[in-house]
Amino acid sequence: MAAKEMRAVYAETLIELAAVDRRIMVVEADLMRASGTIPFRDAYPDRAVDVGVAEANLVGVAAGLAAEGKVPFAATFGCFASRRAFDQFFVSCAYAKLPVKLVGTDPGISAAYNGGTHMPFEDIGVMRTVPGLDIVEPSDPLSLKALVGALAASNKPGYLRLHRKAIEPIYGPAETFALGKGKLLREGGDVLIVALGAILVPAALAAAKALEAEGISAAVIDALSAKPIDAELILAWAKKAGAVVTAENHQLAGGFGSAVAELLAETGTARLARVGVEESFGEVGTQDYLAKRFGLTAEAIALKAKNLLKTRN
Amino acid sequence: MSLDANEKSRLEAAAKEIRKRTIDAIGFLGVGHIGGALSIVELLAVLYYRQMRVDPAAPRWADRDRLVLSKGHAGPTLYSALALKGFFPMEWLHTLNAGGTNLPSHCDRNRTPGIDMTTGSLGQGLSAACGIALANRIDGRKVFTFAVIGDGESDEGQVWEAAMFAKHNKLSRLIAFTDYNKMQIDGTTESVLDLGALEEKWAAFGWATARVDGHDVEAVDSAIEEAKRRAEAAESGAGAPTMIILDTIKGKGAAFCEGMVTNHNMSFTYETAKKAIAELG
Repeated sequence: MAAKEMRAVYAETLIELAAVDRRIMVVEADLMRASGTIPFRDAYPDRAVDVGVAEANLVGVAAGLAAEGKVPFAATFGCFASRRAFDQFFVSCAYAKLPVKLVGTDPGISAAYNGGTHMPFEDIGVMRTVPGLDIVEPSDPLSLKALVGALAASNKPGYLRLHRKAIEPIYGPAETFALGKGKLLREGGDVLIVALGAILVPAALAAAKALEAEGISAAVIDALSAKPIDAELILAWAKKAGAVVTAENHQLAGGFGSAVAELLAETGTARLARVGVEESFGEVGTQDYLAKRFGLTAEAIALKAKNLLKTRN
Repeated sequence: MSLDANEKSRLEAAAKEIRKRTIDAIGFLGVGHIGGALSIVELLAVLYYRQMRVDPAAPRWADRDRLVLSKGHAGPTLYSALALKGFFPMEWLHTLNAGGTNLPSHCDRNRTPGIDMTTGSLGQGLSAACGIALANRIDGRKVFTFAVIGDGESDEGQVWEAAMFAKHNKLSRLIAFTDYNKMQIDGTTESVLDLGALEEKWAAFGWATARVDGHDVEAVDSAIEEAKRRAEAAESGAGAPTMIILDTIKGKGAAFCEGMVTNHNMSFTYETAKKAIAELG
């Protein structure tokens, strides 16, 4: 699979699923063009709903559809999916045990020119407090396709952090994925880098390569799931290295790195450094500018890893 | 269509029984949302004893009519109606809000047989009712979705998002009610956040509307009949949803709290409850 727009993969996957599963629906809040789901509406007009600019109703309608056996994928920008409609998702979907799949698009710095109002640095933190919720952030087209399928097949609610833009493939067609499971991308014994999402996973691989040139052996895990985190996989490689760096396109408070910190602290497994946004709101800029601005780069990951290793002895 | 005398007295008797059981359940516990529970008694009597197609032996029967009690804090009234209809044992009513109960303060679709939607966070139920009505239309089921919202609840912006959605999608089999008892927690609706011309607001949102005495079973029944006739007459997906404004009294039928602005969630003794129940005859 060549580099492909993730939103196109999202829509194609839903169209494929809908062909064999009449329960699949798309619910949008005037962002169908942004989410890329117009082809779904064209293919299944009676299974696509646009509620207008009304995110609370977006999630509430999706809950009602799910109560009648539908499997709705309700999408909006991640900032609105999490911050604006959180209580609707919490009560009408999660607490009510209704299998709504909430899709928060444009995670973190991928919101780029939409800036601070639209830049979700906190959606994982917010969603991580929902009991039993599956939170996934695919890193490439194939993992996206597989995890959308896994969410559709699950009878639980879920949160999909969807990067919309074109992403280079990481995985080959034979790879299999499951909710709550990460992937080891590279073995290594000095430090473990656990990264989440389509921006930080490639950055982690680049960081590992740079570290290798300096004689440091770094393992890399693509987390894929922010809740539950793949504790078994992370602990196995954290034990070998004794040092872990997490990397996420999200603020540090309450995010993916916090989940890993809880795991490592409670098991006494390894020391930790985290790469993420530090106590900042978003702002406008290109994605590359913002990656540097907030330290979400391969260089930042490598530097944190080296500093962590320096403090080991 | 007006009710014949027998039917009217049957519904009034049902309402009286629901009211007694509701006062008893909350009184047994000693605290609860008595005011807004008692203002919807006649509505639930008409729905469960005449208008709604339900099967107590099969609470999730696909062809049943649905009810979303969006003002979820009035759960005890719905529990009383459901228990009387045989959805679960009457003894459950004395477990209201006890640890591990199937009857929590606010409606929970996963705990209580006959509850179609989890509610309690105000403003959310009408959206869910829209989704339920839409899903049933997609699946070709000719069922009605009923929704009950509060007047205080109508302060929530989401109610009006759902109002636009239901009209836009021509959800003619969605029949909603506003329990217009004109009181909310901090005072009268007029003093806290004036709802203004409520029926005209719904009409302006494109809904068919009616306004009736919510404690008159015949008037309530007649308004529902008319809404159903309109929905049946509309070609599939061509009509409008209906909002029936029910003029009600918060705490109706319990002298110790009727019409009191402090009755939203209040404590009272079981003796007080028993006295009120005896006064109902």
